[in-house]
Amino acid sequence: MQMCDASSPSLTSSSCSAFAEACTVNLLIAEDSHGDRMILAALLRRLGHQVYEASDGLEAVAMFVKLEPDIVLMDALMPTMSGMDAARRIKALAGTRFVPVIFITSLASEREQAGCLEAGGDDFLLKPYSRVILEAKISAYSRMLNLHRSVMQQRDQIRTQNEQMLSEQRLARRVFDNVAHTGCLDASNIRYHASPLSIFNGDVLFAAERPGGGTLIFMGDFTGHGLPAAIGAMPVAEVFYGMAAKGFGAADLLTEINQKLRNILPVGMFCCGALFEADGKQGSIRVWNGGLPDGWLVRVNGERVAIPSMHLPLGVQPPERFDVTMELFPAATGDYVVLMTDGFPESCDAQGERFGEDSVRQVLEGLDAGDHPFDALMARLQAFTGHPDPADDMTLCCLEVGIGGGVTDVAESTPESALSGSGSWHCVYEVRDRALADFNPLPLLLHICMEVPGLRRKSGDVYTILSELYSNALEHGVLKLSSEWKKTAEGFSLYYEERMRRLSDTQGHYVRFTLDHEPRVEAGRLRIRCEDSGQGFERQENTMGARAASVHEYAGRGMGILKRLAKEVSICGSGNCIEIVYDWEFPAQGATSQ
Amino acid sequence: MSVSTRRSDDGQVLMIQVHGRFDFSTHQAFRDAYEHSDAPVKEYVVDLTHTTYLDSSALGMLLLLRDHAGGDVASVVIENCNADVRRILSISNFEQLFSIR
Repeated sequence: MQMCDASSPSLTSSSCSAFAEACTVNLLIAEDSHGDRMILAALLRRLGHQVYEASDGLEAVAMFVKLEPDIVLMDALMPTMSGMDAARRIKALAGTRFVPVIFITSLASEREQAGCLEAGGDDFLLKPYSRVILEAKISAYSRMLNLHRSVMQQRDQIRTQNEQMLSEQRLARRVFDNVAHTGCLDASNIRYHASPLSIFNGDVLFAAERPGGGTLIFMGDFTGHGLPAAIGAMPVAEVFYGMAAKGFGAADLLTEINQKLRNILPVGMFCCGALFEADGKQGSIRVWNGGLPDGWLVRVNGERVAIPSMHLPLGVQPPERFDVTMELFPAATGDYVVLMTDGFPESCDAQGERFGEDSVRQVLEGLDAGDHPFDALMARLQAFTGHPDPADDMTLCCLEVGIGGGVTDVAESTPESALSGSGSWHCVYEVRDRALADFNPLPLLLHICMEVPGLRRKSGDVYTILSELYSNALEHGVLKLSSEWKKTAEGFSLYYEERMRRLSDTQGHYVRFTLDHEPRVEAGRLRIRCEDSGQGFERQENTMGARAASVHEYAGRGMGILKRLAKEVSICGSGNCIEIVYDWEFPAQGATSQ
Repeated sequence: MSVSTRRSDDGQVLMIQVHGRFDFSTHQAFRDAYEHSDAPVKEYVVDLTHTTYLDSSALGMLLLLRDHAGGDVASVVIENCNADVRRILSISNFEQLFSIR
């Protein structure tokens, strides 16, 4: 803080105030008549001024350079160099510094007098001059000098402060980058435009891979500009990346972000935002839009689906009123999702005409197969505004949906915690009744497993296993849903409607996880048993032929994933219980370790 | 004057009119319009007949008014919006907080 205070310029520098109080100035007199010069100098010295004397124009210019006087009194006609020429030189040498030049002249004609001013003189006095007028002019010019100096000083101060602010912003940007980093924005299926300093325009864009695969993207636009917007963005970044890495879903993230912003932002400040979740396996995407312009789903089959804002912005509603309902769309590989902040449609051309939402729609409708919506939108905007660079306050992001990409290895790069964790443990966790509808146990279970240092690098695998087991137990075991339905468009919505409906009646049901971890030398074994209150395989197959398909479907898809990740997978009980064994080991010495 | 106010005859309704651009430059005038009302106000009506444009800081100001008027129990009406203004209010789903007519 001390350093900062010392370096910031102060408005009242001591020389300035001394100058103002005493009202004495440094005067340069250029006069070729020795007598006149002596009289004038004596008079001015008596008034308390510092006086320098030159006997011709050339000498005046030289003394001006050396002594930097405040005011110059100049005879118009002098040998060697005339007063007019000297005035021109002095004004040129002074540059932006204000140096009043007052001619003292016996030139009688108006044209000659005007010539003095044209040469850069600020005023003139006719010989013989009146002492009173001379005194009054000098004090008037010293007031002007004073004013000019304080204006200059303020200008310099503003300039310095602006430079300071820009360097602070660059520094803040680096701090922000460390918190917000780019997540997976650099993934090959994501294209985006966000100005480097967009954070100070209130725009944020975050992307993260979910531990079990799939992508989360958050785009936000805070009300206001500058620091308040940037400060609000920090906790959002923390919540987003922290919760995404722990396996929380989009709804949980939104609830948390809304609550956090509601707590920290003053009334009247909020964040328009959209959260977008692509599931890498299920062939579905979910979007929540609160206050951003229409997002778009650009389907590979040519269809264009608007994703309008259905909610109040984040940070407005108290938690109990916050609506976290997400729009659900089936999606296929090659579909695009486009999100933008209002800076995009609000971009203006030279005439002040808005680009507009209709233009966005037209661009997307006019796309040819193989065109990337991001390139098309940016190209059209550039052509519209006539500027090669888009404005600072707009963010555009486009994600290409890739379904069935399988398990990613993101978790391998998760930094190791310095704490050593628990090695040998056993735990049973049961979710039952209403909690089945409201509560997602996966982050908690993942968290327990992540207490084992060696498992932290495998959080992707562990999350995928837990999530496969849980969704199988819940959707097919407890809710008895058939994944066969999801194969058609009508079935897709039916599936999720039924899921929602059946979740409202889960009384008496449970999903029970039994986790067991035993350490080995530089390695360990995790056993997970997942049991549900459903009827299981065999009885399902016996009683309902239709549901047998779901079992096969599950066996084909989910089982494949489990078998790929785990050492052993076994089905026990009546098929309502699956047990897996997952072995891990530290990378061999010398191998790349994170 | 970019913001003007009028009281209903019974004094219970405060009508606030915003002229021209409703943005951050209106901030102080808009606050003054409702903060210094001496007698209690039952209903606030924000008349946007003459409002040409509204930005997100204006949305924030409307939220401040709503908060001042009692938050969730506030009675704040926004009326006579042009199409552009209406669109901005809709994108942010302000219908959920204000009665817009």
